Amino acid sequence: MKVLATRPKGLTSVRQHYCPGCLHGVAHRLIGESLEELGIIERTIGVAPVGCAVFAYNFFSCDMIQVPHGRAPAVATGMIRARPDCIVFTYQGDGDLAAIGTAETIHAANRNENISIFFINNAVYGMTGGQMAPTTLPGMKATTSPYGRDVKDTGYPMRMCEILSELEMPNYIERVSLLSPKEILKAKKAVKKALQYNVEGKGLSFVEMISTCPTNWGMEPLAAREWARENMLPVFPPGLFKDRSAQGEKKKEAAS
Amino acid sequence: MGEKILMKGNEAVAEAAIRAGCRHYFAYPITPQSELIEHMAKRMPQVGGTFLQAESEVAAINMVMGTGACGKRVMTSSSSPGISLKQEGISYIAALKIPAVIVNVQRGGPGLGNIAPQQADYFQAVRGGGHGDYFTPTLSPESVQEFADMAPLAFELAENYRTPVMILSDGMLGQMMEPVEFPDAYPAPRDCSDWCLGPQKGRDVNHILNSLYIEPYDLKARTEELFRVYEQIRAKEVRFELYNMGADPRILTVATGTAARIVKSAIDALKEEGIEVGLVRPITVWPFPSQAVAQAAMGKDVVITIELNMGQMLEDVRLAVCGTSPVEFYGVAGGVVFTPEEVAQAIRSRIP
Repeated sequence: MKVLATRPKGLTSVRQHYCPGCLHGVAHRLIGESLEELGIIERTIGVAPVGCAVFAYNFFSCDMIQVPHGRAPAVATGMIRARPDCIVFTYQGDGDLAAIGTAETIHAANRNENISIFFINNAVYGMTGGQMAPTTLPGMKATTSPYGRDVKDTGYPMRMCEILSELEMPNYIERVSLLSPKEILKAKKAVKKALQYNVEGKGLSFVEMISTCPTNWGMEPLAAREWARENMLPVFPPGLFKDRSAQGEKKKEAAS
Repeated sequence: MGEKILMKGNEAVAEAAIRAGCRHYFAYPITPQSELIEHMAKRMPQVGGTFLQAESEVAAINMVMGTGACGKRVMTSSSSPGISLKQEGISYIAALKIPAVIVNVQRGGPGLGNIAPQQADYFQAVRGGGHGDYFTPTLSPESVQEFADMAPLAFELAENYRTPVMILSDGMLGQMMEPVEFPDAYPAPRDCSDWCLGPQKGRDVNHILNSLYIEPYDLKARTEELFRVYEQIRAKEVRFELYNMGADPRILTVATGTAARIVKSAIDALKEEGIEVGLVRPITVWPFPSQAVAQAAMGKDVVITIELNMGQMLEDVRLAVCGTSPVEFYGVAGGVVFTPEEVAQAIRSRIP
């Protein structure tokens, strides 16, 4: 019998608690596969957020810590400064990263800490029941924006890749989507590249993954993906925002 | 012991931490602890350590959490308003059982208050501070030397019991210069390879530091585990000083830190008038030396708690004395520091 696919060694066998149709499992798998392929599971420390992924410490097979809401990049900073021989990644949602943890995110990126930040953007607070997030779309209904997000009152969605790209130092910033197998394969490349750059000590990697929340959006999983494609991707366009290492290589080539 | 060096308390505690092997320090600027962060900024690069000025007090304590989780000696410092901001992190650090040292160079409060020395963060320090069921072992120095000596002691306690430890100093001790001697040897860091995060070679299990226990009975068990450690700390680590108790005084004072230092001068002055006054000076304010206070208070005419606040340690003294002697209070708020003469007069006026 030929094994075509199996659980990557970067993930544990603990059954994940995510809702049906949720894409956290996909994002976890991409990280788990990358940890295995890069051979870094045994020297990786993962930082779990507060939010739907709070139990991530049970799902990744490396050392893990669960930290206060929004503070993952600060904790990861303390870790990478203490153990520069380790690979440190954070896994954060939009409320965690772009609301309560905005300062920690921006400053860790500004210092170009040698960590990977994996940012799952599904436009709502999932764990607490679908409240408005900093990434909620204009007019989009959430339990704390029951009449739709009024941008005059609460502003426009925060585009974190674009905001962080204004900084001088961050090494690698890319937005990908998890809405189809093809896009997931592309996302995998970004996740692996993020961690590879940390192995090489290049500095901060930031990968935003456009995701869905069928439960809190009140949609079937496939309908949620279609909705996200039509509504989220125009606001959060996938693309490479910064790749200083690759640019450096190109410059070297041009010079030689 | 080496030669005596004239130093500010803020510099002395920073230097002592470095000599004790602390190589990671994260903090945010605030008066009156500026000399501490500046000393670290100067010295850490010289010893190959990490100095990082964090974007906020909140970030600083979370960086401490990260380094501490990796089992390295780590310290942060701040002053009262900044310590308030760190409390969420301290609660997590306590829950995650991460050793860490936090220095509070107290200033006047509440609110922005002022930058004068006060002891008004006593409740915050000894009653937990952040959310949830936990305690932070807290050391209270009365001199620059003792402030410095508390750095290695704090690391030792933090590592032995896997807990955050606070040094509760104040702007007076932080800013004051006194001669300091540094010991030649310091306690070696405790092996933490059985729990800390890092390279997993040589072990079968991955280490997880977590403070989420969804099942109430699980959190109950975890909290009880923390409290078994607190019981050990209460049994073994209570520290205090008795002053002028040999003279069989009829009057007892209880004071800590800078206040105790001033009370000692008042006691010396009153002695010359023929009034004998004793002092219990808690060195650990958590755990509080309840037994020592109870014993010293036995049969006294009055027990006077003297603090640079409106009466916080007073509650611990009352609990310790438990009605066996009358308990009085003298204190002053706002960052005003009483003189030995004012303290002497306050004691005289409270003699029954």
